Amino acid sequence: MSLISRRPRPPAAAAEPQERATFKSPVLPWLFLLPTFIILAVFLYYPAVRTLRLSLYRANIILGNETFEGLGQFAELLSSPVYHQVILQTLIYCALVVMLGLLLAMGLAWLASRPIAGAKFYRLMLIYPYALSPAIAGTIWLFLFNPEIGVINNVLSSLIGVRPRWLDNPLLAFGLVVLAAIWKGLGYNVVFYLAAIQNIPGEVSEAAAIDGATGWQAYWKVIFPLLSPMTFFLVFTNLIYALFDSFGLVDILTRGGPVYGQTGITTFLIYQLYEDGFRNFKTGVAAAEAVLMLIMVGVITVMQFRYGNRRVHYGA
Amino acid sequence: MARKAVSAAPSYATAPRPTRAGPARHLWIHVVLIIAVLVIASPLLFALIKATQASDVVIGPSLLPGTHFLENLASVWNGAHLGRYMTNSLIVTVCVTVGKTILSLLAALAFVYFRFPLKSLAFALVLFTLMLPTELLIVALFDLMSGTLKWADSYAAIIVPFLASATGTFLFRQHFLNIPASLADAARIDGCGPMTFLSRVLIPMSWNTIGAMAVIQFVSAWDQYLWPLVIMQSDDKQVVQVGLRRLIDAGGQTDWGAVMAGAMITLIPPLLIFTLLQEQFSKGFALGQDK
Repeated sequence: MSLISRRPRPPAAAAEPQERATFKSPVLPWLFLLPTFIILAVFLYYPAVRTLRLSLYRANIILGNETFEGLGQFAELLSSPVYHQVILQTLIYCALVVMLGLLLAMGLAWLASRPIAGAKFYRLMLIYPYALSPAIAGTIWLFLFNPEIGVINNVLSSLIGVRPRWLDNPLLAFGLVVLAAIWKGLGYNVVFYLAAIQNIPGEVSEAAAIDGATGWQAYWKVIFPLLSPMTFFLVFTNLIYALFDSFGLVDILTRGGPVYGQTGITTFLIYQLYEDGFRNFKTGVAAAEAVLMLIMVGVITVMQFRYGNRRVHYGA
Repeated sequence: MARKAVSAAPSYATAPRPTRAGPARHLWIHVVLIIAVLVIASPLLFALIKATQASDVVIGPSLLPGTHFLENLASVWNGAHLGRYMTNSLIVTVCVTVGKTILSLLAALAFVYFRFPLKSLAFALVLFTLMLPTELLIVALFDLMSGTLKWADSYAAIIVPFLASATGTFLFRQHFLNIPASLADAARIDGCGPMTFLSRVLIPMSWNTIGAMAVIQFVSAWDQYLWPLVIMQSDDKQVVQVGLRRLIDAGGQTDWGAVMAGAMITLIPPLLIFTLLQEQFSKGFALGQDK
């Protein structure tokens, strides 16, 4: 399969070519922008402002009552041991999914782009998990790791006589969600790494080989740095993915459980927001959580735009 | 081409290419890749096999393919409304993908081929929405949909909010900027209006970018989970991803063979789109990200 055949450039790092002014009309451009702006205004900007406002009120959208609280709910959240734990386990989850997922994808993409027989087949088999959704991944893994009838425990019990209760043990359940997320994300990451690898000039690895670099050295000293711009781009997309798409996976696989310490160990920030907003009907608190997460997303996006342009350069 | 990162490496442009080592040197690569491919494929293979077994075999340890796939499928398709969920998801996903593409094309047309006051502010307002994921706005959005708009339980609730796209506008804008300006000038001199220019010149030149966008938007719209779960109260209009959870929960005792059949069917549309548009997907990205 010929993946991206020309120079890849993570979108954020794109250059700024000259704008055109081909057509002259004071009305037409606004007419073309109107549908986009109506939707952005009504379904993104207005709800964002509403969320900011709601975060200052103790509110319940079902009952429709509101009491002004100021920053009280933020103070409450930021001093709550439960919320501390949720933040901490979300960060650990994100770090594991992003780091392990990218290392794995980079290594596999590199191997699958070596000049070996069947490389095309390997690439295809590494890419297709892109079609998996978090919910499908959760559904399959729920059955796979079912303690009584799941294939994993059937194999384990016949080999070494154990039947771990995967979803009741906090450490195992957490590990399972991490692995399922990495599995689900692999196809996407491999697609982008394959594209980046194809654009590394052939002479580079040949030069390294002539200098006597072994495969391993060539990989870490030459290829790994050359892929850093793509890695940088993927770190951010994967972070956002881990923050939000974990919801479908968690909701089907573990429902935020099992309890460890203050709360369920797989209750991540987005799951907590859903629980508070739509199970406990603490609308104001959920809005405050949304505001805190919006700040996180803002920081991540700003960092991507600011440092994304200052990447290592290879090729022009 | 400047290659800062490797400028220190001596260049042996005239040196002979290193001889390709025989298959033996590549053996470990094959071993690693085969193991990886098997591990990655195993959950899906397992699900596929279980989807073909009769309900009394499914809960046992047997991993032999059976012949009950159609029965399993029929049981979820009709009994657990999988058919309805799939139809709903297809309607929503196609509407979102097509709508997003059209709106992004129009917005990019305005940003690239017109000069108008407040243009950079307008573009900034579009880009800024990258920082406002719908998942974080669900509380206020739910309030808006069920209260003011009375859209709860309608397709519109899970289609309309996703019709505008900062990513799409940005990608198409980048692509249009790569198209030589002279082409647009020639078109205008020939008396082409902006809409004719878009449909006759820009769109035919953008199929790869459109294809790449379509794959991304289709997969992300198909995967929607949290917002439909929140806003769709009745089962009638629910999407298939949330439907999967309903299949698992249906009637206490989960019919795993049927659920696996459902999961496999849910996988098909994105897989199909990805396979069909693979060529455009690859090329579209290269163009969209080229300088």
